[in-house]
Amino acid sequence: MAEPIRELALCGITKRFPGVLACDRVSLLVRRGEVHALVGENGAGKSTLMNVLAGLYQPDEGRILVNGAPVHFRTPADACARGVGMVHQHFMLVPSMTVAENVALGLSSLHRRLRLDLEKARRRVAEVSDRYHLPAEPDAPVWQLSVGEQQRVELVKTLCLGARLLVLDEPTSALTPQETDDLLERLKRLAAELPVVFISHKLAEVKALSHRVTILRRGAVVFSGDTAGKSTAELAALLTGHEVRPVRNEAASGDGAVVLAVRELKIRADRGHLAVDGLSLEVRAGEIVGLAGVSGNGQRELSDALAGLRPVEGGSIRLDGEELAGEPPRRIIERGMGYVPEDRHQEGIVPSFSVKENLVLKDVAAPPFSAGPFLRLRAIEEHAAALRDRFDIRCASTAVAAGALSGGNIQKVILARELSRRPRALLAAYPTRGVDLGATEFIHGQLLALRASGAAVLLVSEELEELMALSDRIAVVYRGRILDVVPGREATRERLGRLMAGVEA
Amino acid sequence: MLWVVSVVALAGLAAAALSSLVLLAIGASPWATFVTIFTGPLRDSFTASEIGVRAVPLVLVALGTAVAFRSGVLNIGAEGQMLLGILACTAVALNAPGLPWPVLLPLTLLAGALAGAAWGAIAGWLRARLEVNEILSTVMLNYIAAQLYTFLLRGPMIDPDELMTGSGTPQSMRLPRGAWLSRLVPGTRLHTGLLLALSLAFLVWVLLWRTTLGYRLRAAGAEPRAARYAGIRVERSLVIAMLVAGAMAGLAGAVEVVGVHHRAIEAISGGYGFAGIVVALFGGLHPAGIVPAAAFFGLMLVGADMTQRSAGVPANMVLVLEGLIILAIVSAGMFVRNPYAQERTARLVRRLFSKGPPAPVAAAGPAAEGDP
Repeated sequence: MAEPIRELALCGITKRFPGVLACDRVSLLVRRGEVHALVGENGAGKSTLMNVLAGLYQPDEGRILVNGAPVHFRTPADACARGVGMVHQHFMLVPSMTVAENVALGLSSLHRRLRLDLEKARRRVAEVSDRYHLPAEPDAPVWQLSVGEQQRVELVKTLCLGARLLVLDEPTSALTPQETDDLLERLKRLAAELPVVFISHKLAEVKALSHRVTILRRGAVVFSGDTAGKSTAELAALLTGHEVRPVRNEAASGDGAVVLAVRELKIRADRGHLAVDGLSLEVRAGEIVGLAGVSGNGQRELSDALAGLRPVEGGSIRLDGEELAGEPPRRIIERGMGYVPEDRHQEGIVPSFSVKENLVLKDVAAPPFSAGPFLRLRAIEEHAAALRDRFDIRCASTAVAAGALSGGNIQKVILARELSRRPRALLAAYPTRGVDLGATEFIHGQLLALRASGAAVLLVSEELEELMALSDRIAVVYRGRILDVVPGREATRERLGRLMAGVEA
Repeated sequence: MLWVVSVVALAGLAAAALSSLVLLAIGASPWATFVTIFTGPLRDSFTASEIGVRAVPLVLVALGTAVAFRSGVLNIGAEGQMLLGILACTAVALNAPGLPWPVLLPLTLLAGALAGAAWGAIAGWLRARLEVNEILSTVMLNYIAAQLYTFLLRGPMIDPDELMTGSGTPQSMRLPRGAWLSRLVPGTRLHTGLLLALSLAFLVWVLLWRTTLGYRLRAAGAEPRAARYAGIRVERSLVIAMLVAGAMAGLAGAVEVVGVHHRAIEAISGGYGFAGIVVALFGGLHPAGIVPAAAFFGLMLVGADMTQRSAGVPANMVLVLEGLIILAIVSAGMFVRNPYAQERTARLVRRLFSKGPPAPVAAAGPAAEGDP
């Protein structure tokens, strides 16, 4: 084995892009035996800093020291050879290959002229998974593994490739609560052997896992020190630059009329099986119903069907008493259904369209945005300017491509469009996934405001804190059915976690 | 902006250098050849007008292609759609010789556009209904159109004079004068089709960026999932886009007949159906880019003909040069949009020009990995 990394220091890293100072003299010290959390809002400079560490960017100023000796990473291969192992937010695994094959992909020493020394890769996987307590079956095809297992394989792969320092970029964003707890536990143990940099939006995880924390804001370090010395609220304040009050649904739940009623719904998934199998659910006016569940239990199919994007096999969807099942999207939109889709980059917006164009995506053919066949650019412009202010969409101008915005701002564009249409019912799928704290707070506030205005809100999420903070009732979906509905105030992490795992209370 | 211009200029120079090597290899003078290609056509008014003659069908085909590509349909079928347009307009004009020109000419052009649209709609419908890949269907329809064209020109539509005199050149009868486009400049072949092409460029711009239909077409093309989510009927968009693209190509064919040749002849499309696609992409799929791009291509086409005559370089060789130049400029455009490639190049340049031996690479020590 190569020399272990006892200490890695980034000293005064500065990186400029045209018109932007992405990192301004940022320093970071990571030591063996500790988890160092790196937190910051979108655009705070985390990614740039990590790209410098990974050898993708060259810093304009500053040095990188490994065990006290300066190093230069000219390419990602340099950084990798020096033991910097990156685990990206999106898994870099080939689903059709086995775990060992995935590992062998990156190990050029196993590539013989016309064949691959898979036996060695297998042994390597077994060794690493043994040594670091990361169970991984070398011969399992990756596509058969759960998301949590894939995350573990990603770790094993990185370690097999010779990582002596781990950088994890939002590793928990796709995991269930149980999987998250499991991963954090394993990372804690890993940190005893090698330094770990943990990038996350979720301050609860940062508190639970890290020994030290560095907070970036607008490219500069605003805090660096022991995690234990700060409360979650203090960290949040440092992160956003202002006091953060967690948004909660405090109002008494109304007993308005049923707005959205789903009965005995059956929907097929792409692979042909019934992903939603006899699901029934009601959402009343002025109510937020949370739909909790491990992703893949029918949420996507249900969302698609509610928006008219997927045929319904059986059952009914009624909005204010009118049947919507099987209707085309246009009709459903006109009936007053709003939808914040899970895939915000390709479904929620047209990425190459400007912000203002995206804000009229559903209404372009209606007044005031068009007159006869012609667009009314002035009206579209004014609409965009008003929504930009109201929804705090941060963009240089409403003429920039929506796809160039950060995830949080894209979500605000979608929310602005959906809410400005005054929907009778809104389906919000994972509205704050991967969104930074400031934007999350804002989005939660908007959902509560919509509830207060008398609309029915169905909130699909895996974030238990989010569900418990916002929902009047929480329905847990398991294998395409509602297993149980729990009043929001009585819900606990444990109870929801059990239900999500399919254990009936 | 200056940066973009210099990158493109540098790429152009690189292409010129490569082309010079090619030219030297066949024993021609690179300088004389380039001078002929790029300035020869501009020296007198007749050849200059020929640039316009070439540019007209290119603009029309490229406009249709831009509408199709922007709507998410890769229409490679302009060639076939053009041929159908030529056949239809010829048939209509020959069968209604007595009509006065204000009726006959529009009718002739309309026939060309409709036939092209119908041919294009086949591919559009197949894609929308059966998800048949439009590249496959349009290319196959090109083959069918080419054979149909040859069959009709050699058989039913052949000029009876050709049969009588026995020369048998596959061409139709001459169209009645009422169907001709008038000449814009006397003594040249430049015809009023140029004005038609320019007005259509403006109309296509209005369609794409100023109408709700254009908005929906572009949305469906840019991200069909988002368009469907927003209630746009994506399948309908595909068919409309192919109707427009086919109509423009059919019109290009019709204009070529009534403006230049006045009859359907063999090889009339002259590859415009394919060159038009390149013009569309080169012009950034935008009318304001397509018009100058078509003029540039027109210049090169005329220049190529002249080079053959004056500089003794075969026209085919000029096509090689053109290919190199287009490739270079398109690559430069992509380079300008790719920050990673820029960073890599910047690093390479810095290393090449830094004084002294290159700095030691941190990772270049002896491989200390545990791999045997």
